[in-house]
Amino acid sequence: MKLTKLLRYAGEYKKYLLLCPLVMIGEVAMENLIPLMVAKLINEESAEVSQVLKYGGLTVLMALASLAFGMLGAYLASKGGMGLSRNLRRTMFDQVQRFSFKNIDRFSTASLVTRLTTDVNQVQNTVMMLVRMAVRAPITFAMALFFILRLKPDMSVVLLVAIPLLATGIIIIMRAAFPKFQIMMKKYDALNASVQENLIGIRVVKAFVRASHEKEKFAASADELTATQRAAEKVVLWNGPMMQLIMNGCILAILLLGGRKYVWGTMQLGDLNAVITYITRVLFSLMMLSFLFISFVLSRASVARITEVLEEEPEITSPDQPVTQVRDGSIEFDHVGFSYTGDKDNLVLTDICLSIRSGETIGVIGGTGSAKTTLVSLIPRLYDVTSGRLLVGGRDIKEYDIHALRDQVAMVLQKNVLFSGSIKENLRWGNENATDEEIAAACRAAAADDFIRSFPEGYDMDLGQGGVNVSGGQKQRLCIARALLKKPRIMILDDATSAVDTATDARIRDALRTFMPETTKIIIAQRITSVMDADRILVLDEGRVMDFGTHDELMERSEIYREVFTSQQKGVA
Amino acid sequence: MPPPRGMRPVAKPKNAKATLGRLLQYMKLYKSKLILVAACIVFSTFVSATGTYLIKQAVVSYLNPLLLERQAAVGLTEEEKALKEATGEEAAEGDSLAGGADVSAASESAGEFNPDFGPFVKFLILLGTMYVAGALSTLVYNRTMMMVSTATLNKVRKDMFTHMEDLPIRYFDQRTHGEIMSRYTNDTDTLREFLSQAFPQAVSSFFSIVFSLFYMVRLSGWLTLLVLALMPVMLITTGKIGKHSGKNFAAQQKAVGVLNGYIEETIEGQRVVQVFCHEEKAKADFAVRNESVRVAGTRANTFASILGPIMNNLSHINYVIIALVGVILALNSPDTKGALAALIAFLPLTHQFSQPISNLAQQFNVVMLALAGSERIFELLDEPVETDDGYVKLVRAKKDEHGNIIETPERTGMWAWKHPHKADGTVTYTELRGDVVFEHVTFGYVPEKTVLHDISLYAKPGQKIAFVGSTGAGKTTITNLINRFYDIQGGKIRYDGINIEKIKKDDLRRSLGMVLQDTHLFTGTVKENIRYGKLDATDEEIVRAARIANADFFIRHLPDGYDTMLTGDGANLSQGQRQLLAIARAAVADPPVLILDEATSSIDTRTEALIEKGMDGLMKGRTVFVIAHRLSTVRNSQAIMVLENGVIIERGDHASLLEQKGKYYQLYTGMFELS
Repeated sequence: MKLTKLLRYAGEYKKYLLLCPLVMIGEVAMENLIPLMVAKLINEESAEVSQVLKYGGLTVLMALASLAFGMLGAYLASKGGMGLSRNLRRTMFDQVQRFSFKNIDRFSTASLVTRLTTDVNQVQNTVMMLVRMAVRAPITFAMALFFILRLKPDMSVVLLVAIPLLATGIIIIMRAAFPKFQIMMKKYDALNASVQENLIGIRVVKAFVRASHEKEKFAASADELTATQRAAEKVVLWNGPMMQLIMNGCILAILLLGGRKYVWGTMQLGDLNAVITYITRVLFSLMMLSFLFISFVLSRASVARITEVLEEEPEITSPDQPVTQVRDGSIEFDHVGFSYTGDKDNLVLTDICLSIRSGETIGVIGGTGSAKTTLVSLIPRLYDVTSGRLLVGGRDIKEYDIHALRDQVAMVLQKNVLFSGSIKENLRWGNENATDEEIAAACRAAAADDFIRSFPEGYDMDLGQGGVNVSGGQKQRLCIARALLKKPRIMILDDATSAVDTATDARIRDALRTFMPETTKIIIAQRITSVMDADRILVLDEGRVMDFGTHDELMERSEIYREVFTSQQKGVA
Repeated sequence: MPPPRGMRPVAKPKNAKATLGRLLQYMKLYKSKLILVAACIVFSTFVSATGTYLIKQAVVSYLNPLLLERQAAVGLTEEEKALKEATGEEAAEGDSLAGGADVSAASESAGEFNPDFGPFVKFLILLGTMYVAGALSTLVYNRTMMMVSTATLNKVRKDMFTHMEDLPIRYFDQRTHGEIMSRYTNDTDTLREFLSQAFPQAVSSFFSIVFSLFYMVRLSGWLTLLVLALMPVMLITTGKIGKHSGKNFAAQQKAVGVLNGYIEETIEGQRVVQVFCHEEKAKADFAVRNESVRVAGTRANTFASILGPIMNNLSHINYVIIALVGVILALNSPDTKGALAALIAFLPLTHQFSQPISNLAQQFNVVMLALAGSERIFELLDEPVETDDGYVKLVRAKKDEHGNIIETPERTGMWAWKHPHKADGTVTYTELRGDVVFEHVTFGYVPEKTVLHDISLYAKPGQKIAFVGSTGAGKTTITNLINRFYDIQGGKIRYDGINIEKIKKDDLRRSLGMVLQDTHLFTGTVKENIRYGKLDATDEEIVRAARIANADFFIRHLPDGYDTMLTGDGANLSQGQRQLLAIARAAVADPPVLILDEATSSIDTRTEALIEKGMDGLMKGRTVFVIAHRLSTVRNSQAIMVLENGVIIERGDHASLLEQKGKYYQLYTGMFELS
């Protein structure tokens, strides 16, 4: 995966990135002319001071030009680099917004966050360095070589030895070090992962008195990291002394060769000095090239991770001529089969056939892993069915505009999320134009109005990131209110009141009935009391419909249902 | 050429001096190695400064005499003649660029002059030997410093972790994971940079300055004065730009923080975003934050990267000024050739002098960052660890023929509290039974806010005590107190009649089994995770525990059964399955007291019923504290405590509580009023 491939995302900032190397040519050219001027300065030993002043003046002018180019280059690189990262982040973020649940499952949220932050940063830094350095190394190399050839061509013999020597050295070191660094990075990640794990599980560690065990484990991985780090760095260490040695060797060789010429009067001190400077530059430019190469390679992993996001095909999109109106809240499962992997032989849901009338209240009950959540996730088309058809309002959901469908299907997820901002702002997610009265009405229905009013700032209270300022039960009630504000045709509550006490839970269900009588309500619950008053109850087991009927019917004919019921009321009945 | 250091927090250390002192204290462990490093650095910078100086020597002492000899012997070359006539620019240019190669070849072959380059070559060999020694010492100090810095980092990491594991739960509850994590990542990274780069560079820069200055003075006092006079311009410029870029980086950091926070939150909640069709709004909000990062970042990076060209070109201009003055001085000097040779040696020295100064200026930021990072690391290391004044220990025990409890190394399955009495020097043994008593316990996480008021309760061995109440009533807090995650402020908790403050914390916790609200599994196999409860458990014990928890069935259906690797907090298992594993983990520990905090909340009631069967067996003979929302799971408890706002408002068994027709009755019947 190539870094250059990402450059097309630079958009309007591309011109800065392209202009920067051009400007840098100016800086580098000046920089490499300066030693020549200085050489003349010193060579003019028998000339008049006016000559010295002339070359001195030229040098200063060149330095000023180089400064101007350099500053412009710095600005262009920053502007272009930051612009690229901005556009890259935006493109990725927009792409994530198009992702279906399946796409998100594939990446995991944590890795998506890393890709948008750390990886983009890495690319941005590499690009900023590249545009400034990429031309510097080869141009310095070429110019310095050119001047050596013009000044004293026979001196370039030294380079004929030095360049292959240095290049070989660099390649050997890089080849040896690179895999070692990769191992090191892995160990480093593993070490951090184990710290993270201990932070999350600190109560378990303490409760089981396993601190010393964890310390040993950590010490072992810390030692491993240190060992791999040393192995890698031991190799890279050679870089400095090698460069030092080759450079000094060149100086000696030039002194040896140039010394003779000096004595014979065919080379002046200034030239000698200039040749040494240029040879040093040639070698440095090689070193710089190797650095560029390393950072280019290092960015490869980030580039690959970014490209993966950009190239991921969003699984679910609206059809070309979408239906934008959902007629009513009726739902029909027509021989629906579903598998997260799309594998028809390993279905999570098998041959589901259900017909739900608009306005009905449906309870869903079933054991862990019976695919209750999966079943309801299909209705707002969070996942596409693997086989069969799913109809809402009498039409296949694949015919709808995806947003039109989801606007009519409100879902309170098992994993509730609130966002930073005030309570009111969060609730307005459901309906941006909701009036304060509408918001209060929804909150009353969700039994949230009381506790919201008990906060000093009421509806304007800030929830903090992830809604940390409210308790679990309060969070659930806010999420329900948020969904209510959508006034949907279908409302799905996926174990949405698990942290709410039973009395409040009952109140909420009552309110739902009066607040939105037309809306189809689907309630998944662990507590049988949460569903037993539903119009019909669906009993799921291992992805199959075991039964579907009223409480009384099920009590009579469904063994599973009876079992759940009795297990929950033993002692009372 | 270090990679650009973008996105770093620009934080000033609060007490730079003290932190540096402590850091050096840390490095003191490697005193002899550091002395070696310093010695090698001194030698290596000495070599590089001396080398430059000796080049002048070479020209003055060896080449110039030869040159004069040759001029005397064979006369001037065409070139020299031309120069002597000082024909001006055209000629001079032609000479130095086109070179007098032909001329030189001609005169070399024609001359009878045969110079002896022997001493010069010998001198170069000497110089070469010195260079090799210099390179070797660079290698030695690089390597030694690398060993020191990796060892120091290793020690810092281990110290941090070891210390962290001993910190009280309060520490973790008050901080975000990210906050603690950054000690191990960002802060340690800045420290690494300091140790491996900034520190040796500072030492080498310092000596470079000293040596360069020394030779500069030797070469030319006047020029040295000039160099020193030009220095302030550089320093002031660096300081100004540094300050600006620091400010701008802080602004960028802030913008990046806001953006990253937004990215994290939105992507964490991506499913909700989609369910609410909030994508367009999210894109727009993102774009605003994204743009402000770009604006701030462009400023910060521009400032940071213009420093290089400015320093470079300032030093070029300095160079020219010095060269100009030097040439003028040389032209007016009686020994023009010697003075010019001195100038040639002097000029690179000015680079060798000014570069470390600008280096030091640029390293200053790294040092500040490292000190700020170290300060945060030391802050963690200074956190007071969990104190443990307990002296009552848990020991394996058996009964002797008289029925007295005695200590034994055998695995009898019987445990006892070994209680030494300081007053009379005697030791008493109390059998571990699991009798827990709360006497007027009062507690608050912060002194100003009491969470539990005057809680008194007792749990006889083998009893199941349940806590019921709404969120925030203080149920979880009670379990935090039994195992002393937090210490109570008033009253007493007794365990088998012993005040728990007298019991060694580890022994106390070992005697308590916990299954917590949030299940946490560790990277490793299923088997290893269950074994966490008892490190020396056999495979049979593990399978037995899994059967008790009803986890055996699903474990066997995992790809590799008990050897299936769990990653990322067991993300490849369902919430319910993870809880089953947590229960198995507690089961294998086989403790006399169990604390189940909503342990079964994510398990459906049917599965829970199955677990309960196993748990019933497990709970036999054990004291159990159970917290649950679902009243059905606590019904068969001997005592149920109804908590409200940190007070026990009702207690009794299920039947008697229902008879009381109080809160419990309401809760319980509330559950059924709809049917």
